[in-house]
Amino acid sequence: MRTINAIFKREFFGYFRSPVAYVFLIVFLIASVGLTWFVGQFFSANDASLNRFFIFMPWVFLFLIPAVGMRLWAEEKRSGTWELLLTLPVTTIEAVLGKFLAGWTFITLAILLTLTMPITVGYLGNPDWGPILSGYLGTILMAGAFLSICSLTSALTKNQVISFVLSVIICLILVFLGWSVFNNLLTSINIPVWLIDALSNFSFITHFDPMTKGLITIADLIFYLSLIIFSLLLNVLALERSF
Amino acid sequence: MIEAENLVKNFGSICAVDNISFQVKKGDILGFLGPNGAGKSTTMKMLTGFLPPTSGTARIGNNDIQKEPLAAKRLFGYLPENGPLYQEMTVLEILNFIAEMRDAYTTNKKNEVIEHVVETCKLRDVRNQSIETLSKGFRQRVSFAQAILHDPPCLIMDEPTDGLDPNQKKQVRNLIASMAEEKSIILSTHILEEVESICNRVIIIDKGKILIDEKPEEMRQRHPHYNAVEIKLGNTKLAEIKEEIQSIPEVKEIQINGDDILIIPKGGKDIINIIFDVTLKNNWSLANIEKAPVLMDEIFGDLTQN
Ligand SMILES: Nc1ncnc2c1ncn2[C@@H]1O[C@H](COP(=O)(O)OP(=O)(O)O)[C@@H](O)[C@H]1O
Ligand SMILES: [Mg+2]
Repeated sequence: MRTINAIFKREFFGYFRSPVAYVFLIVFLIASVGLTWFVGQFFSANDASLNRFFIFMPWVFLFLIPAVGMRLWAEEKRSGTWELLLTLPVTTIEAVLGKFLAGWTFITLAILLTLTMPITVGYLGNPDWGPILSGYLGTILMAGAFLSICSLTSALTKNQVISFVLSVIICLILVFLGWSVFNNLLTSINIPVWLIDALSNFSFITHFDPMTKGLITIADLIFYLSLIIFSLLLNVLALERSF
Repeated sequence: MIEAENLVKNFGSICAVDNISFQVKKGDILGFLGPNGAGKSTTMKMLTGFLPPTSGTARIGNNDIQKEPLAAKRLFGYLPENGPLYQEMTVLEILNFIAEMRDAYTTNKKNEVIEHVVETCKLRDVRNQSIETLSKGFRQRVSFAQAILHDPPCLIMDEPTDGLDPNQKKQVRNLIASMAEEKSIILSTHILEEVESICNRVIIIDKGKILIDEKPEEMRQRHPHYNAVEIKLGNTKLAEIKEEIQSIPEVKEIQINGDDILIIPKGGKDIINIIFDVTLKNNWSLANIEKAPVLMDEIFGDLTQN
């Protein structure tokens, strides 16, 4: 616990030692709010919910979370500091958790900055707060799942660019599998429906949509948590070079 | 105690470390010597648990580094090759981080420990500077400071004086030597004078294998000029002198090079007094007498070339 805490603090405050953190926060805000307003036509829709905000989240995360996650381990490997870190009295699991939780907290902070959206909605209309709360829960969980994949890919290389590209590809697949446009495409080329359904079960979107509508199911929670645990375990194995 | 038992590391088809065994006991400063690519760093990475060995065991104070890594890791400080550090952190931030990782110090105790190591490694003036703004010498000192912060019984250092200027090298060596008594220390280097000046044991490795494991003095004895005596005489009756010296039973060989006469003893015996007496007895006007320099580089070269 003590070591997780020490690593967490170092990593979390590390984000703010460089301007990259502030750039990220601003880009994230502009992207998520901008998409909602201009592409999602937030105002003209006259809809007192955040559906038009949440719907863009997987797409914003697709690029911004790999940008946060790519340095987690790749940078340590490039500079050699992972040798310093992993020869301290700490287990690899603790080190992976400490860094992952720091990244997750940082992204959660970015997500919480968008609370200006529901506050605006609450000011202008009379929204149903349930779906907004569950939507935020889903957003944070999904962010964790994205980040766990980025943490894994960044442990596979010392090159941040490779790490970024790898994680975008994996996350892209996990988003696409449940994207209705993609599923319709699959249907049109005669892929059996049962297979499409099975595939879409692995998608972020499939397990995120219900939460933006106020529906929290155990299955969705388990999906995100098990994806996080699975990625982080592979992450540990990658660092210990036991495969 | 630091212990390596039949350590082997293969990288694909490359055998970087080939069945290495040794022990470093309390009070030992072991110089781990070898040309580049000999396998020094790889061995240290296995000792510290950073790399799993292909086979064999490393132990720190009787804890198997693979089976009981936490217990083992508490007992050593490690200075990895090139002293990697988090560039954007300040000296104090790094030491604070290491202290938190190392032990559940109370805040007071933690500050005391950090204060002490800042003092020992002369980091006071740069303590609030970030690593990226420091010179190589200071960075190396910070790396050294983080390794000794918890006053560990074992110290493992990979080229601790690499990249330092001669003055800084001397400071670091003095620091290491001053801690020697209560610790087991292993340091790798490719600088021979380092071994001569602080180590009380030397292992030479090449191509992953141990060539010799002995005291620096024993290593010196491998040199063909060990205990040889160089004299310079004022007179020129060289033939006579040569004959006289050759008749001394302890002398194996005599080489004359202009004014300089090099006398090599049989079996590395110390003959400087005998030679001195002979010069006095014969009334040769002795201009200079000294032991011939034993260049460890030459021994090292001989050992690692074939
Ligand atoms: N990660 C690695 N992958 C492949 N080969 C390696 C790796 N690390 C070291 N080697 C090889 O192992 C040998 C020993 O390297 P090293 O232990 O770094 O030597 P030294 O520290 O004595 O200079 C070298 O031939 C080096 O190329
Ligand atoms: Mg090396």
